[in-house]
Amino acid sequence: MTDPLLEVRDLGRDFTVRTKGEGRRRRTTKIVHAVRDLTFDVAAGEMVGYIGPNGAGKSTTIKMLTGILVPSRGHLRVAGLEPSRHRRDLARRIGVVFGQRTSLWWDLPLRDSFELLRRIYEIEPARYERNLREYVELLDLGVLLDTPVRQLSLGQRMRGDIAAALLHDPSILYLDEPTIGLDVVSKGRLREFLRTLNAERGTTLLLTTHDLQDIEALCDRVIVIDHGTAVFDGPLARLRATGGATRTLVVDLVDEVPPIAVDGADVLKVEGPRQWLSFPADASAAPLVAQVAAAYDVADLSIQEPDIEDVIREIYSR
Amino acid sequence: MAELVRRSVYAVRTYRLIAGLWIRSSMAYPVSFWTMTVGSLLINFLDFVGIWFMFHSIDRLGGFELREIGLLYGATGIAIGMGDLLISSVEELGQKIRTGQLDAMMTKPVPLLVQVCADRFQLRRLGRVGQALAVFAWAAPVVDWSPTRLLVALLMLVSGSVMFFSLFVTFSSVQFWTTDSSEFANAFTYGGNTIAQYPMTIFPKELVRSLTYVLPLAFVNWYPCLYLLGRSDPYGAPDWLRFASPVAAAVLVVVMAVVWRTGVRHYRSTGS
Repeated sequence: MTDPLLEVRDLGRDFTVRTKGEGRRRRTTKIVHAVRDLTFDVAAGEMVGYIGPNGAGKSTTIKMLTGILVPSRGHLRVAGLEPSRHRRDLARRIGVVFGQRTSLWWDLPLRDSFELLRRIYEIEPARYERNLREYVELLDLGVLLDTPVRQLSLGQRMRGDIAAALLHDPSILYLDEPTIGLDVVSKGRLREFLRTLNAERGTTLLLTTHDLQDIEALCDRVIVIDHGTAVFDGPLARLRATGGATRTLVVDLVDEVPPIAVDGADVLKVEGPRQWLSFPADASAAPLVAQVAAAYDVADLSIQEPDIEDVIREIYSR
Repeated sequence: MAELVRRSVYAVRTYRLIAGLWIRSSMAYPVSFWTMTVGSLLINFLDFVGIWFMFHSIDRLGGFELREIGLLYGATGIAIGMGDLLISSVEELGQKIRTGQLDAMMTKPVPLLVQVCADRFQLRRLGRVGQALAVFAWAAPVVDWSPTRLLVALLMLVSGSVMFFSLFVTFSSVQFWTTDSSEFANAFTYGGNTIAQYPMTIFPKELVRSLTYVLPLAFVNWYPCLYLLGRSDPYGAPDWLRFASPVAAAVLVVVMAVVWRTGVRHYRSTGS
């Protein structure tokens, strides 16, 4: 089996939007291409970040991948199945977590929701027990099992939702904004869990997020989507190098001096004895550091990696 | 074939699972549950009392005596009550679409219709069925029962329930296109039920025709009841129509399946 788990070819989805005509004119319809000419593969075991601004087509893509929306055109296979035609068969092989809403039963304790899922997915008791024990431990759900979902905090609920999406051992897990609204500690623990899941079970992850730290912590590969189509697909390091990304050398000098003049770097800012120099992300810092150290009295040096958010903004603006 | 059986068994089992869950959660407040159920039973009881009072000034309505009308009333009441019980929150489809709940349902292996119908299952709707059943039982002695009549009566109640269920679902499917209210649907279902409570002889022939061939609600009770009561059709419709209720139900099920599936394929989800 060398076939990719996700196979997306020239995928497109249009929406007909009705707009009210002005005055006495009739209502007009307009076709919006929410997703167009989208092509990518995802192999089993990959962790892919799927990012883009609001309205870029992220959710529409996920909804086609899960079979919720029928594509307008193109070719789509998930685990060898055409999602919209075999939605229910596919459901047994995928896990979906929508960050902004729960798929748990609001009035039921977590334990009952899990038990219901066991019967819906027809999970063998032994496997269910093993999975439940493991997720309860890793996601720290023990004391929450008997609490109705509506009484859980956002972070607790999210952990419950993730466990619920994984009880049937899906080969791919879609996460839509999994860390939205979580505090720093909860985010950290969630990322740790997802890494473990991927490493130990080989679960493929596709996550959409606004939090670029999620991407940095989890994804070897990033797909950037804008206006419905992929504008970047590759490793995070290359995304940094693309789009004229720059690194910053922060120099703490012994004395206050005029802006440093060296080749291959521009001074961004001067604040007392501290100066910020920007240089291309793909250039080595060593010669620059050598030059600065040779010409000035340096107290300390540090290098800041490019802010991925700036990189993406740069890509969008092109 | 084996696959079809397996899928049907799975659908019924998951329906019971999810509905059972909602029943248990409503039983968490037993006082409230029983007040609602008994309340609904009483309100519906008063409904038939109206017809009963009417018979203080008349002996017959459209040629039918009170118990015969009770039979018609009970049969359509059981049918719409069962349909209403089984569809549960299908009428709230638009709301499920707006809140994104339908999206979550679509990522589960349970048939979507089963999930939508079993969600927020309200056992207290049995109150209406209970009242209709009581009226039907009270009216039953008017029939000269035989094994065939018993069978026709059973088929009538099952087919009628299936017909109302299908109509509720079919009309609610409109919400896949316009997430507006379901008032439009109610005109046909609840309105149809109100008409079916009376003998068709009091209505113009055109209405009876359309209730036979267009919106076949006359098969819910009218035609099979004519057989139970040993009457010939005042409008001269062919006799075999009295046994055609299961056929009418099957037609409505097919229409429902087509409309529902088309709705699901045209589903646009919500922008998120």
